[in-house]
Amino acid sequence: MALSLPAIMKTTAARLSALYLLLFALCAVLLVFYMTSLSARMLTAQTQETINDEVLGLAQAYQRGGLPVLVRVVENRSRQPGANLYLIADANGQILTGNVQSLEPGVIETEGWTTQPFSYQRFGEGELDRLRSGATDQPAPQGGDNSTPRSTGEKGHNAIALVLRLPNQMIMLVGRDLGEPERFRAVISRALTLALGMMGLGGLLIWFFVGRAALKRIDSVSDASRRIMGGDLGGRLPVTGAGDEFDRLSENLNAMLARIAMLNEGLKQVSDNIAHDLKTPLTRLRNRAEATLAGRHKTDDYRQALEGTIAESDQLIKTFNAILMISRLEAGYSSEQTGPVDLAATVSDVVELYEPVAEEAGVTLEATVPEAFTINGNRELIGQALSNIVDNAIKYSTDAAETPKVRVALERAGSEIKLTVTDNGHGIPDDADRARATERFVRLEKSRSQPGSGLGLSLAKAIMTFHNGRLDLLPANPGLSVVMCFPLRETH
Amino acid sequence: MTAPQTSNEIAYNGSMKILVMEDDREAADYLQKAFAEAGHTAHVAGDGETGFALADAGDYDVMVVDRLMPRRDGLSVIAALRSRGNTTPVLILSALGEVDDRVTGLRAGGDDYLTKPYAFSELLARVEVLNRRAGARESETVYRVGDLELDRLSHSVKRAGREITLQPREFRLLEYLMRHAGQVVTRTMLLENVWDYHFDPQTNVIDVHVSRLRGKIEKGFDKPILHTIRGAGYMLKGG
Repeated sequence: MALSLPAIMKTTAARLSALYLLLFALCAVLLVFYMTSLSARMLTAQTQETINDEVLGLAQAYQRGGLPVLVRVVENRSRQPGANLYLIADANGQILTGNVQSLEPGVIETEGWTTQPFSYQRFGEGELDRLRSGATDQPAPQGGDNSTPRSTGEKGHNAIALVLRLPNQMIMLVGRDLGEPERFRAVISRALTLALGMMGLGGLLIWFFVGRAALKRIDSVSDASRRIMGGDLGGRLPVTGAGDEFDRLSENLNAMLARIAMLNEGLKQVSDNIAHDLKTPLTRLRNRAEATLAGRHKTDDYRQALEGTIAESDQLIKTFNAILMISRLEAGYSSEQTGPVDLAATVSDVVELYEPVAEEAGVTLEATVPEAFTINGNRELIGQALSNIVDNAIKYSTDAAETPKVRVALERAGSEIKLTVTDNGHGIPDDADRARATERFVRLEKSRSQPGSGLGLSLAKAIMTFHNGRLDLLPANPGLSVVMCFPLRETH
Repeated sequence: MTAPQTSNEIAYNGSMKILVMEDDREAADYLQKAFAEAGHTAHVAGDGETGFALADAGDYDVMVVDRLMPRRDGLSVIAALRSRGNTTPVLILSALGEVDDRVTGLRAGGDDYLTKPYAFSELLARVEVLNRRAGARESETVYRVGDLELDRLSHSVKRAGREITLQPREFRLLEYLMRHAGQVVTRTMLLENVWDYHFDPQTNVIDVHVSRLRGKIEKGFDKPILHTIRGAGYMLKGG
């Protein structure tokens, strides 16, 4: 993927990489500076100690044999390889002996430790040409070279020293070259540069491999969601199986998509069913009106037609109400409307309500309610579900081989309260049909001739789901058992 | 079974002054016309504020209030009216009634509740029953319709002096019908008031109960007293 720099910097991965890089570099610089200054201080202390030792030795030599011995010792020590700096000058600062050819002016004028490193030149190294050209070995040359002692420090050397005045007013300087700490500093600074460079490179690499990988995953997720938005509703986000955060994100989003797809499917099914099942009564309604309008009728015929129209419309309204009710229940509305419900009383109510209907249909309707169960729920809804089921049971038991009979039983079974409505009709022998019976608008072939919207059991099922329970359809041989299972501890 | 009756016979129950608070212009016009055909006078308010002002100023027998209205919703209008001492019976209309809508509606001071879509006959029957001038029978202990007599204290029913034995539920059914004698009572109203359930039964279970009751109070008597009103419900009417 070709990205311009601003585009790259827009990505979270690049921004994070840059931020980390900056932070690390800052930390590294701070650390290195701290270490350097600490080491430099330690080295200086060490140098001063060495010088002190030297001075002590020289002082002893002076005490032993006066100036001649001191000068000899100094000359002796000066010649040793890697020697310290030694310088003895007269009271005017004229160098008498030692291994220092020249040094910054003013250094030997003040007694004690030099406050700052100073530049100097030894005998026998560098600047020989200048020697030859007649430059004096004055310690304070006035030429151009000493106006830039620090810049020529690369050619000369820097040192720190202890300046003493001997009892005869002569000046002695013992110093030590700072080459070592300076080399150390150079090493550190090289290391720092290298480290920073490496860090930059590392940051780029991290961004490239880690950041880009993350970026790619995010891109693939957003590509997939774009595809899904574009209409590929069956599409899912990629899951690599690595089990990382991206996978978890994708899995959750996929679960969400699946739920949405399910709801969408339900919606589609409902609208299909509405279109299909409501078309019939609407067409009938229209045809009846048209036929009435076309023919030559007496007033009574018109009245009859209109009454039929009203009855048909009422049925349609009922169907719509049932659809709305199911949708609302499935959307899961507020549980404000639940409270203690006496299931036994509800059973008695519904059985009493349907008793005359059953009797008229020649069906024996009996209820077994051994004890009272109070659950938390909605009395209206439970009553409606039960009456739908009893209604169905009465309708479908009329074709029973023996005396048609519907039994309603309320009992506790384990952790559930079961409200069972059993008829002894033909039942639904086919397992698949039984499973389908609670779907919306499903009216199994045999029941097509019976009146009803085909929503009774769907509504009962939605009501049971609302109560955290379930609706089971079981074969009763002969007949069908519809079981409303309520959890014993209702959570609503 | 009685002979079919004309729509005037169904609806006429003394003229009422009705206030309709409904923001849907078409629905409001339809209600106004339909109420007028039934012999009532209906005034329409298109929003909650207008409705409140009209209700507060006018003397209405019944108010029909839509829950969702611009400027002020129905429930708050009702609550405001109730807090001002207005006791006019209110029927609440709701577009997408949830199960607990009925309860919140009635709690806010409504007297009855109807969910859209509804049949006008249902609305009319409920409004007529709500009519405050007709609602005075609550305190009577003995209801009389024609030669039919129901004693609410002794739980006895007599017709033309002859004792009729009723089941407890049949008694409550007859009691409700007699309290609203001369008014149309729909099946859902019976289910609500006699059985205390508010759903549409799949089969017309109520019809069977009513025809049983009819058998008991009409069999052996020459005059029908419990009439079926097609497309609406039932009416107990003597004479």
